[in-house]
Amino acid sequence: MQTAVIRFPASNCDRDAAVALEKLTGRKPLIIWHRETELPAGVGFVVMPGGFSYGDYLRSGAIASRSPIVQDIKAKSERGLAVAGFCNGFQILTEAGMLPGALMRNKNLKFVCRPEKLTVTHSNSKFTSKYEAKSEVVFPVAHHDGNYFADKETVGRLEKEGRVLFRYTDNPNGSVNDIAGIVNEGGNVFGMMPHPERAIDPLHGGTDGIDLFKSILETL
Amino acid sequence: MKALVYVGLKPGVLDPQGRTIARSLNDLGFGEVESALQGKVIELDLTGDDLTAAEARVVEMCEKLLANTVIENYRIEMRAE
Repeated sequence: MQTAVIRFPASNCDRDAAVALEKLTGRKPLIIWHRETELPAGVGFVVMPGGFSYGDYLRSGAIASRSPIVQDIKAKSERGLAVAGFCNGFQILTEAGMLPGALMRNKNLKFVCRPEKLTVTHSNSKFTSKYEAKSEVVFPVAHHDGNYFADKETVGRLEKEGRVLFRYTDNPNGSVNDIAGIVNEGGNVFGMMPHPERAIDPLHGGTDGIDLFKSILETL
Repeated sequence: MKALVYVGLKPGVLDPQGRTIARSLNDLGFGEVESALQGKVIELDLTGDDLTAAEARVVEMCEKLLANTVIENYRIEMRAE
């Protein structure tokens, strides 16, 4: 399976994502610069990495979400391309309108950087099928703008449709309903503030992120 | 000409920075401050001299980039100068 990691100016988890993808697919992912206008044929899974694209200018992820490659990824995701965004990648996906809601400044105004306990809400999704429903996992978080917000109606719809895949057990940022990760209506675009790509090797302090990659890669 | 674009959070969206500002003003003895909303101002220098046409373009800029309308409102002030 050919995978790809998109690199924006000031992405800083692009390498972590690439290491995770290579470890789990046995094949180096393509690293694609944000100025490219088209994903190469054959790419089945795209990761939008964490970081501080464009220095978080204007709004976190806002400028990156308008870059040429994102328009192509958005169009292809509407036809089923699998996409995951972690941290800044999640912010980019919401800014691009590929996931609903927005990531706001953390409620306590602090940058939070620590291992975070999450609950997998259910395993009936392309991104969580390898986990036991209701199981607890630990992924690192490292962000200042991770406070997930959406209007009541949108949150109601996400909950009703089972599109909240991960929840914080000890909410670090004020996210509504403790939401840590959500998926789009088609089930093929996923975003979360925590970093599963930094939990794939015992040296990371844990390997709970592996099953997320295995889940989605298995569907391709 | 210039366009001043004011971007701020929509009513009902919690603004932790505004709340902290209001609390700090209260602590400094400005008890009359009930709340504060923090936003930003983006000042655009524009070519051309048709204010109405320019404003329509600035609305488009707001919708496409300057504001995230999921959480933010914007207001535009045009200046001929």
